[in-house]
Amino acid sequence: MDDLYREVIIEHYKNPAYRGKLDPHDISFADNNPLCGDHIQIDLRIDSGVVSDARFDGHGCAISQASADLLLESIIGKPLEEVKKLNKESVLELLGIDLGPVRLKCALLSLKVLKAGVYGLGEAGDELVE
Amino acid sequence: MNLNVAEIRKDFPILEREIRSGVVLTYLDSTATSQKPIAVIDSMNEYYRHSNANIHRGVHALAEEATAMYEGAREKIAQFINAGSARQVIYTRNTTESINLVAYSWARATLKSGDLVILTEMEHHSNLVPWHMLHAERGIELEFIPVTDNGLLDLEAYRMLLAKSPKLVSFTHMSNVLGTVNPAAEMIKLAHSAGAIVLVDGAQSVPHLKVDVQTLDADFYAFSAHKMCGPTGIGALYGRTSLLESMPPFLGGGDMIKEVKLRSFRPNSLPHKFEAGTPAIAEAVGFGAAVDYLSKIGMEKIAAHEHEITEYALERLEEIPGVKLFGPSADKKGGVAAFTLEGVHPHDVAQILDQDGIAVRAGHHCAQPLHEKFGIPATSRASFYLYNTKEEVDLLVNGIYKVKEMFK
Repeated sequence: MDDLYREVIIEHYKNPAYRGKLDPHDISFADNNPLCGDHIQIDLRIDSGVVSDARFDGHGCAISQASADLLLESIIGKPLEEVKKLNKESVLELLGIDLGPVRLKCALLSLKVLKAGVYGLGEAGDELVE
Repeated sequence: MNLNVAEIRKDFPILEREIRSGVVLTYLDSTATSQKPIAVIDSMNEYYRHSNANIHRGVHALAEEATAMYEGAREKIAQFINAGSARQVIYTRNTTESINLVAYSWARATLKSGDLVILTEMEHHSNLVPWHMLHAERGIELEFIPVTDNGLLDLEAYRMLLAKSPKLVSFTHMSNVLGTVNPAAEMIKLAHSAGAIVLVDGAQSVPHLKVDVQTLDADFYAFSAHKMCGPTGIGALYGRTSLLESMPPFLGGGDMIKEVKLRSFRPNSLPHKFEAGTPAIAEAVGFGAAVDYLSKIGMEKIAAHEHEITEYALERLEEIPGVKLFGPSADKKGGVAAFTLEGVHPHDVAQILDQDGIAVRAGHHCAQPLHEKFGIPATSRASFYLYNTKEEVDLLVNGIYKVKEMFK
């Protein structure tokens, strides 16, 4: 439990560095977690194939919001090709915790939204984080 | 006489379970599904160990016995809700399937494009989506009785909607989020005066209140076994005989027929007309045992106990700074307390409570439009049944203070 709500997670939930919207942006995508209604929108700016800035907006539990903040922090300055390679393990590594199947959906929502946006897909499917 | 809760808890072995080392379960999620007493578990085991056979057409001893148990349970369920006859009780998988049975059979045979169905803003998805589907397929119109800020149905608005001559009014007897017990008898009377048929979603009411379908004068009444100490996988639809007789069958197959030719069939009589294929026999036996269990204790006593717990819970929860409760006061609701905690998402509340073995539900509870109405994505929900105690409410309250501390 203390694991699940590590200080870093509570900190990113309460004081996210990358919450907001980017206008203009090159990529923007939003989706929900249908099970619990968590909602995340991610806006990206891309310069020569590299993520130059990123913001997320939405609502949800500490796990979903903190993982979005940590995820964006980790991709700024990275080429899109690298972002495409991110998977479930990358997010769990950022969070530094293990999660059961229910909370895993919360943690992975931001990565699904990010990748659906990067690939220009209509929907943030589960296959994106396998 | 009050309930002897200490004795009742002994009937539910799961309540003694350690969720993790040294942490005993505090089960506050009976609105999702109730726990099962030994009597119910044993009745199903005994059926499989001693009487298992397929029902109806067999002539051997076991087939006779299994049929008698399956039909005997139907009699008990009929008595429990005071149906005029057991023929009016159709076994289904759950409340959702009962509502779908009405939507597929009665509604598709009756409703035309432009016909009006009145629902409410506090419905569970199971009493919304079947009608959305019929709207898409048939072009029926849908109107919704609004929910007031204090979680009650706006009956003035209901009267105005009735002036539009609806064909069907379908509403929940008790909200699974707000706990609101709707004035079903009055609403049914008004609907009938307007010439409408009435379907009541009784998933939350039958487990917690004394329900009498004849006094209510309901045309259809849907409920599930698993929320009333019975097993999952079985529910029931009560219907007015004349309606059930006039309706086409629902699913086709074995058992629902009187006669089958290569190119035609004649449907069976009630209730079998609506029960195609081998049903959930052991579950029906368990359903009957659940009804016996609740009847023996007494529904009035159960309702009174839940009221006492709910009143106490609302009082204690209200004291916590940052907690916002949804739904009416304890005198107008069943044993449900849906709440939000300022600054903490309901999932986090539920997860942290779980560390102390406290099981509450978090999310939209299959009532997304209702949450939208109140401008919130989700709530945490504690719910109470005959086996819950005030001590468990205290554990919940202490747990919420712990959550606040963690998110300070």
